[in-house]
Amino acid sequence: MLRVGRRFRGERLISVLLFLPSVVLVGLFVYGFIGWTGLVSLSNWNKLSPDYTLVGFRNYLELFGHFRFQIDMRNLAVFTALFVATSLLLGFLLAILLDQRIRGEGFFRTIYLYPMSLSFVVTGVVWRWLLNPGSPQMGSAGINQLLERLGLGSLKSGWYTDPKIGIIAVAIAAIWQMSGYVMALYLAGLRSVPEELREAARVDGASELQIYRHVVLPFLRPITLGAVIILGHISLKVYDLVVAMTGPGTGFSCDVPAYFMWESAFHANRFARGGAIAVVLLVMVSLLIVPYLIYSLRREARV
Amino acid sequence: MRQAKLLRRVVLLGLLAVLLSIAIGAAQPGQEYVAPAETTLKAVAQQFFGNEGYWTGVMGATNRKHIQDPSFILIENPELPIKAGAKLWIPTKAWADRFMWVCYPDSRVFPQCLFGGGQLVVASWWTAGGEAEGLAALFEIYKEEAPDVQVVNATIAGGAGFAFRAVIKPRIIAGNPPDTFQLHAGLEVEGYEPEKYLKPLDDLYALEGWDKVFPKDLLELLLYKGHYWGVPVNIHRSNVLWYNKEIFARYGLTPPATWADFFAIADTLKAQGIAPIVLGNAGGWEAPHAFEGILAGTCGATKYKGLWTGAVPWTDSCVTDALNVLKRILDYVNPDYAALTWDTVLEYLKAGTGAMNIMGDWAMGWFMAKGVDIGWAPPPGTKGIYVALSDSFSFPIAAPNAANVPIWLAVCGSKEGQIAFNMRKGSIPARTDITPEEKAKFNPYLQSAMDDWARDAIVPSVIHGAAAVESWVTDFKDVINLFLAAKDVKDAQDKLVRAAQAALK
Repeated sequence: MLRVGRRFRGERLISVLLFLPSVVLVGLFVYGFIGWTGLVSLSNWNKLSPDYTLVGFRNYLELFGHFRFQIDMRNLAVFTALFVATSLLLGFLLAILLDQRIRGEGFFRTIYLYPMSLSFVVTGVVWRWLLNPGSPQMGSAGINQLLERLGLGSLKSGWYTDPKIGIIAVAIAAIWQMSGYVMALYLAGLRSVPEELREAARVDGASELQIYRHVVLPFLRPITLGAVIILGHISLKVYDLVVAMTGPGTGFSCDVPAYFMWESAFHANRFARGGAIAVVLLVMVSLLIVPYLIYSLRREARV
Repeated sequence: MRQAKLLRRVVLLGLLAVLLSIAIGAAQPGQEYVAPAETTLKAVAQQFFGNEGYWTGVMGATNRKHIQDPSFILIENPELPIKAGAKLWIPTKAWADRFMWVCYPDSRVFPQCLFGGGQLVVASWWTAGGEAEGLAALFEIYKEEAPDVQVVNATIAGGAGFAFRAVIKPRIIAGNPPDTFQLHAGLEVEGYEPEKYLKPLDDLYALEGWDKVFPKDLLELLLYKGHYWGVPVNIHRSNVLWYNKEIFARYGLTPPATWADFFAIADTLKAQGIAPIVLGNAGGWEAPHAFEGILAGTCGATKYKGLWTGAVPWTDSCVTDALNVLKRILDYVNPDYAALTWDTVLEYLKAGTGAMNIMGDWAMGWFMAKGVDIGWAPPPGTKGIYVALSDSFSFPIAAPNAANVPIWLAVCGSKEGQIAFNMRKGSIPARTDITPEEKAKFNPYLQSAMDDWARDAIVPSVIHGAAAVESWVTDFKDVINLFLAAKDVKDAQDKLVRAAQAALK
């Protein structure tokens, strides 16, 4: 009895010891730095060397009143809505098409999934060329040139150089990159729908459309939720794509909070404002992720 | 024929070297000395410098020489006697002074001071064509003077150094700076908090006589909180209107002196399907750069300077005028300006599809490299106004190879260094003692820039770090970038007023 207890305690000690380094490292480098960023966002750090004098929520008030931040938040909302919705829709459509057991499915799947293997920086550079509008004097470039050759010159656009649609052009590149990934998720989901269920529905006289609507879609709900979470947090944090593709753009039409954060901290030496933007971004991402975590933890507990 | 030319050049260069060594006493620093009898380091210092405190200089110089030529002795302990017949290297007084300026008994710098070797990490944003060649020329001269040191060229690409500064700053805060880094002369230094992180260079200025050879306007610009923090290598002009000569000749045009002339020309050209003025703003600083030139023109030199010191309020009508000019210009620019950088947009001028562009004189390097015969003039209203910027090199207090920095800074400030650098970089030397023969070596644009520099009113560039602290520059940049889309003159001026209030309070 005593021996068993000691051995049990010994194993416990070893497991705690094994676990400890990662707890300490994550605690320091993730939660420690989150806390530190929060502290900076409440401080008066506006020159190169740190100044931790607390000034309350002044940085946040200034930030929310700042024209650039307001534009950035609008851009982020447009970008997120467009990016998440279109990626889901396109991904879903592609998955359904591939689910028809067509020939060369592996080939198409690879093609659609390929963009995801690139980094946003590569995507950004390529789409900067593709969506470079060109000019009447130097001739059209990229996609505009293609449209012109196809006799669709009226569809030409300024893309990211047009302040009215700047961020939409960035979203196009992001959608191109991520919709293949959504397709892969949905395809896996579609394949997990038991064939018997479909058969049963067919026996009951349901049309293919009705089968998708009433049998397949309910099965895909958790996948949709997961995809929204993944795309949503990518979208809220987007930075590299903007840096590589457009920069802040004319009238900040392509600007996002993460870019403003970088410029505030490392160009203008306003580290406190940079910290405040970082915290705002963190809060937005957690609003998305924390409920999901709670939801999935509960589900696990139930199982 | 070619040989004769080469010979003439060699002779000229030789003469120049002799002249230079007299002028700055640094080109071939020192002489060999063989101890006739047993002596001590301090006695040698006393003999040559009349001050035994110079023993560190003699020890450092000899040990450096030893690294390349082991026939010189290695002095490991300064207290031990030096044997008869030992070969030492006696530096020049200028070298020894420069050396002793940084080599005080501090455990961090002292070992490297006395024994030489190590690296010199030079950080800059010079990666393109002429500027990289200019930097390499400085390295060559440095290596002649300090063959024991390994030079490390640490560059971070990106126009006007915006990306560069974002990388250097965290390194400085972390106490891990490069040994020396590029810095625009002027208030940009405020962003590095020099009182805390940089070494004041006042004593080096006195030793090298720089307070006499750099122009007064530049020295004023370099002084921050009463000290010098960087050694300038060059002067660039920010306000240049580049124009395609062939287009101007075809339509019988002359470079515009006023904005009314400018827009008349612009209408003529627009009717011909030519982009009258081209802009590339992909970096986000190019349009604000053009705006500072416009502002200098509508305000004039004195008022423009006053805007940055607080003497002239930003509510002034000359700011309104400048914004109105920029707004009108936007009707004439190439539509794809947000997709082009300052250099890619110059393709318009090369192809003859665009007529004019406002950019700093580093554009000349691009035109020369592409073989474009380009015309230049001050932008309307800025004749007699030289919007200037200057690149300098700093000395971080925490420089890991501090002992190797003084020679680098001396090379940057030397006439030899400045001529070699600027001929390649496409800028003009910061020194005022350039002779007509030396001037003749520069290209025609640079010669005209030297004339203007000597004659014009000098005002500081904003976008290139001279006129204002970095947080203000960022705000200024943001306001203009917003204005490009919003085109709201009143709103932009209000925002400029507020930015000035925040910066000057």
